[in-house]
Amino acid sequence: MAVIRDMMPAFELFQPTSVDEALDVLERHDNTWVLAGGLDSMDWFKDRIKRPDVVVELGSVSELTGIRASGDGLEIGAMTSLRDVAASEEVRSRFGILAQAAAEVATPQIRNQGTLGGNLIQDTRCWYYRGGWPCYRAGGNICYAGTPRSMNREHAVTGQSRCVAVNGADTAGALVALGAQMMVRNPGGERVYEAEDFFVGPEIDIQRMTVLEPGDLLTHVRIPGDWAGARFYWEKVRDRKSWDWALASVAAAIVESNGTIERARIAINGVAPTPVRLTDVEDLVQGMPANDDTGMAAGELATRGFKPLRHNDYKVPLARNLVRRAVRGDAA
Amino acid sequence: MSDAEITTETLTGHSRRTFIKGVIATGAVVSSSSHLFRARSLSASATVRASMPRMISLDVNGVSRSVDVMPQETLAMTLRYKLGLTGTKLGCDRAECGACTVLIDGVSHYACSMLTNAVRDRSVTTIEGLESADGTLHPVQQAVIDEGGFQCAFCAPGFIMSMVALTNENPEPTREETAVALSGNLCRCGDYNKILNSAMRAAEYARRMV
Repeated sequence: MAVIRDMMPAFELFQPTSVDEALDVLERHDNTWVLAGGLDSMDWFKDRIKRPDVVVELGSVSELTGIRASGDGLEIGAMTSLRDVAASEEVRSRFGILAQAAAEVATPQIRNQGTLGGNLIQDTRCWYYRGGWPCYRAGGNICYAGTPRSMNREHAVTGQSRCVAVNGADTAGALVALGAQMMVRNPGGERVYEAEDFFVGPEIDIQRMTVLEPGDLLTHVRIPGDWAGARFYWEKVRDRKSWDWALASVAAAIVESNGTIERARIAINGVAPTPVRLTDVEDLVQGMPANDDTGMAAGELATRGFKPLRHNDYKVPLARNLVRRAVRGDAA
Repeated sequence: MSDAEITTETLTGHSRRTFIKGVIATGAVVSSSSHLFRARSLSASATVRASMPRMISLDVNGVSRSVDVMPQETLAMTLRYKLGLTGTKLGCDRAECGACTVLIDGVSHYACSMLTNAVRDRSVTTIEGLESADGTLHPVQQAVIDEGGFQCAFCAPGFIMSMVALTNENPEPTREETAVALSGNLCRCGDYNKILNSAMRAAEYARRMV
């Protein structure tokens, strides 16, 4: 339970009006922090765990907001609110899975203020790390969540590498399933990452959740038209019917013809430090009938090799059943 | 001062609330309250809007108000401790409980988790701004009174602001939709059933007014 202290520690605030200005400020200063909706950031500031000297608030950068057509797909500015993503007619009619995922993030107030980019790059919810414990992710040399006596019911069942925290972004799985691309800018120019490569696990860099380094800015998310109008399946399982992060979620885009799966793209999240694209499962179900047998096989394959911790073995059948339902095509 | 004198003074109308508000007003005149908030002086920097003006004007409840804010100051802090608008409550200060809910350009936000500087060009509505100039209550406020919606009512201002946002966006909400719309507000008394009743009645009152 949070304690109200006086106020956040002081920082210098910049409110640029263009991406170039923002990049310029980030390049000129050390210990910077990019502030989008601020809902993740301010917890860190108020708890004095992250203490930037310079905060760059992006609310005035209009080029980062909005949803527009791009080729046969869509391009969504990273500062577009989750509310606008969930309400967008283009997103709902063609890439419904993203609208569903965005609509299930947290509370109305948070969706009104929180942004797509902020949701994607939010830090993990591991409470040892959040509580300021000096774990690997915080630069220390121990993981407090991975021991036999740890509180790790919400942690990873696969992809652990010293750190066992999970990715908490609901929209991440949906964007992996849609084959989205993340556009990242820094003073050197623009780079484009496939959604599944945008997120990095602890085996690559234990202190980051994404490829973004200081000075980088996620500017847009581009969704190709490849999966527009596919059969989508989104399901987020959480402890409460009201708002919460996911214990596990599945996002699937499946193209069928006469009950046979032609191609599929499936991702699960909440089970690993990154969203996990299930390429083996996608290969398995191709050409198979969309029924419960296929779903069972898909679920088994998806969870093969999972290594639960002391308190989270329930996530194995949970993920298995989510994949099963996605593949057999339950009404979402 | 003897006990008797204290009692007399209490009886002459100095409630705890007016006393606190008086202190807040004094603080605002003295300004900055730097001993409380430990502002760091802004170093002059050559880049964009480097040294931000400390005095900014905020559009709160339809009135433009000048206020001295620090870069790291949240809107809830400014409203409560600089402008004396203590109807906006601080419960968790972590974007979880919703007691600080205000409307920014008509849309609900957690005032505890946004920087005051980020709302400079936008219009802020707090619970104090709901009643009309002649004192007529907003239909949502009237509905809450008629339904006896809250027990301790610490969470009420936040809930009421969420209800106002709901009635603006969805004139005919179902009970289910109402529950979703109010899911960003918590009531520790557990009065949710009465709160939902209030919200449903509020939507009805609002429809009647149109």
